[in-house]
Amino acid sequence: MFDFLWLLFALPTFGALIVLVAGRWLSQKVVGGIASAAVLGAFVVAFLSFLALLGLPAEERSITITYWQWITIGDFEIPVAVLYDPLSAMMALTVTGVGALIHIYAIGYMDHEPRYQRFFFYLNFFILAMLILVMSNNFLVTFVGWEGVGLASYLLIGFWFEQRDDQYGWYADAGKKAFLVNRIGDAAYLVAMFIIWTSVGSLTYDVVTHEAASLPTTTLIFITLLLLFAVSGKSAQFPLYVWLPEAMAGPTPVSALIHAATMVTAGVYLIARTGHLWELAGPVSQIVGWVGILTAFFAATLALVQYDLKKILAYSTISQLGYMVAAAGVGAPGAAIFILVAHAFFKALLFLGAGSVMHATHGVIDVRRLGGLRHKMPQTYLTFLIGAMSLAGIPLLSGFWAKDAVLAGIAADGAFAIYAVGVVTALLTAIYSFRAVFLTFNGEPNDQHVYDHAHENKMIMLAPMWILAFFSITIGWFNTPFALALEAFLEPATGEHEKIALFLELIVVMVSTVISLFGFVFAYARYIRKEQWPLTLASWFAWLTPALENKWYIDRVYDVIIVQPIKAVASWFARIFDPKIIDGAVNGVGSVINDAGEAVRKLQNGAIPTYALSIFLGVVSVLFYFLFVG
Amino acid sequence: MSFEMIFFILVGALSVATAVGVVTSRVAVHSALFLLVHFATLAILYVTLNAQFLAAAQIIVYAGGIVILILFVIMLIGSAPLETRAGYRSWVPYAGVALGILMLAGMALTILQMPPTELNPEANQGGVPIVLGIELYSQNILLVELAAVLLLVALLGALLLARQPKNEESPISNFQSS
Amino acid sequence: MVPTSYYLILSAIIFTIGAVGVLSRRNALIIIMCVEMMLNSVNLTLIAFARQWDNLNGQIFVFLVMAVAAAEVAVGLAILIAHFGISKSTNIDDVNVMKW
Repeated sequence: MFDFLWLLFALPTFGALIVLVAGRWLSQKVVGGIASAAVLGAFVVAFLSFLALLGLPAEERSITITYWQWITIGDFEIPVAVLYDPLSAMMALTVTGVGALIHIYAIGYMDHEPRYQRFFFYLNFFILAMLILVMSNNFLVTFVGWEGVGLASYLLIGFWFEQRDDQYGWYADAGKKAFLVNRIGDAAYLVAMFIIWTSVGSLTYDVVTHEAASLPTTTLIFITLLLLFAVSGKSAQFPLYVWLPEAMAGPTPVSALIHAATMVTAGVYLIARTGHLWELAGPVSQIVGWVGILTAFFAATLALVQYDLKKILAYSTISQLGYMVAAAGVGAPGAAIFILVAHAFFKALLFLGAGSVMHATHGVIDVRRLGGLRHKMPQTYLTFLIGAMSLAGIPLLSGFWAKDAVLAGIAADGAFAIYAVGVVTALLTAIYSFRAVFLTFNGEPNDQHVYDHAHENKMIMLAPMWILAFFSITIGWFNTPFALALEAFLEPATGEHEKIALFLELIVVMVSTVISLFGFVFAYARYIRKEQWPLTLASWFAWLTPALENKWYIDRVYDVIIVQPIKAVASWFARIFDPKIIDGAVNGVGSVINDAGEAVRKLQNGAIPTYALSIFLGVVSVLFYFLFVG
Repeated sequence: MSFEMIFFILVGALSVATAVGVVTSRVAVHSALFLLVHFATLAILYVTLNAQFLAAAQIIVYAGGIVILILFVIMLIGSAPLETRAGYRSWVPYAGVALGILMLAGMALTILQMPPTELNPEANQGGVPIVLGIELYSQNILLVELAAVLLLVALLGALLLARQPKNEESPISNFQSS
Repeated sequence: MVPTSYYLILSAIIFTIGAVGVLSRRNALIIIMCVEMMLNSVNLTLIAFARQWDNLNGQIFVFLVMAVAAAEVAVGLAILIAHFGISKSTNIDDVNVMKW
């Protein structure tokens, strides 16, 4: 059965190639159809392989298939091989499933786009790179996929590179920012790989996990800190999260696929895959937990004050990723993957909903100009509401179970401080989720012109949204605390998960319920009933408003510390070093020869005394040579 | 300090003095006359060096030929006072003096390290004409012929160079008419 | 007998004086006179060596040098007169047509 795993990679590749080569002669629907069919086929393969994996007993659920030897230099051998185990199976299903739905949605969304074949080519390329990332069995091939998704992200964010607006600047610059910030993380990944290679002697996950226990702690600390830095770059944690909000300049399907469901989860996947290293690395797991939860809190505060719907969702993504990273770091990787999967569904749904709104209003996404759209776009409203409820953690939806698993895992590990921050963040999450819904769909329209032109979208866009909404509700039931099916399933890959005491579990569940319902009430009161008490509560924090509006000044700090010095150095090199020193040296050689020629030319001045002197000089020289030397 | 040495020093000093006189005279005719005396002193020295024929040839050719020729040309062309030196060659004399002193020092150093050799007082049989003649016309007849050709060519060359085209002013006619 | 080295030193002195004169004076005629002086100093050297080695070749050489010097003076003065016809000056600095 697993002999067909290679199709997972072949189908997107073929899809991409066909779109690339023949795209310009085919209609847009056909091109989109080919691309979507490729990913759908990949999903079918992933699903069938998943079933086959279930058919195996738990201890044997780890299959390695080597396709060919990529690098062989003495001891350094890197095969192109697939490691198919529960973790990669889960990731493959998520990537291809959500990916296929988004491809279908994009056929409808990008219907006026003149460069559609390029778009679908990039999308298929992305799916291919992501699959390489999650299915490979060693760090280096994963890195190939890692870089590939970074490239796809750059290409897709800057897809409308000729555009520019106040929110995002030049769209091409947004893509550049994403790529460069990612690069910093990638450098850390490379150094981590070097250290792993020199200390363990192999880059294969199985070998590294096996040997990890015998490595000195300082080495492990270095490796994990570097990997944490790489994860921060890819999964938008502090301090390398700054590219994600600007990445919203890309088309909405891109935001849904790459910046919600899949690429940004690559970092979480990496932590889960190398889980053993983090357990052994002592204080680093605490650091990871704090980095994750602080990012979550910090992004949630910013989501509260954004007016661009997509940016609200972007900061929300950063926040949820923070939960995932925190969970993975403190030893609950199963919970992290669970929330990864759930988040993929409801966040993609939310983004697709936002895209639906944008498509209907011809690009208006500022909530200050929206409002009351539930009358005009009922289906979008319902699906968006389901997604928001899941995000906020309303009981019984998938987001509730997922967030609960994370918080319980953190509490069970004893990290109560992190747990507390997580709870506060959950409250903020609930508030901003419902704020987004109510400002966009409820209330009175703020801009009558926009409201009049809004209309519900076509089935081809709505169908994926309904499917995602269905999974947003149901996928949580696979991993309730009473039947941790998902985490058990993942055990062979991620290691034992702690059995959480029932007492603690109940407390966590109750706290989460209370928080999410309170968030709903608060947002309802504030934005729909326009009551006073929410404003009073909010005014306690009014002193934070300037910081929030300036995104906690992080971008300014980076600009001053990093961007300006680099620009200054680059400017120095361009304006001074290159023209004056290098060109000066080259021109200097020329002018030295020129001046020498000018000087020597004076010898031929036609004046006899000068010639006589030269002759005399020659005579004396020859004479001296013969007298003293010869 | 034998008589020969004293004689040599006196004549040598005179030779050097007249040489300096040639170089430093302001008037061209004075230079020519200094040159004449210089050649004469050299002729005396040749005699002491057992080269009697050459001493005579020196007087005839140099003193009686070349200096006269130079005097004629001085009379023809004149020695009007000349303008100051051009800038680019003002440093040449000083360089020349420096180089000259350098060369003199080098040569002196080498010469003074020469080991003294036995000298034959009857060397070259005194340099009398017969001896030189036999040597010239038996061993070196080709050189004599070549010298003759050279002199013929020089003569023709001088004739050609000094010829003036018709209907043009010549320095001679100019001089005579002014 | 006077050792050969004394004659050689005298010859060197005369040669140096002649060289300095060639470089210092502006009048072309004086320069020609100094050139002759240098040739004579070389004659003196040759004759001194001829006596030392008891070899007549030195004197024969001098004989030919005299012939060449005479020819050279004749031609040189002819050139000088021809040039004087054009530039009306005996300043050696005026003979500078062959330059860059």
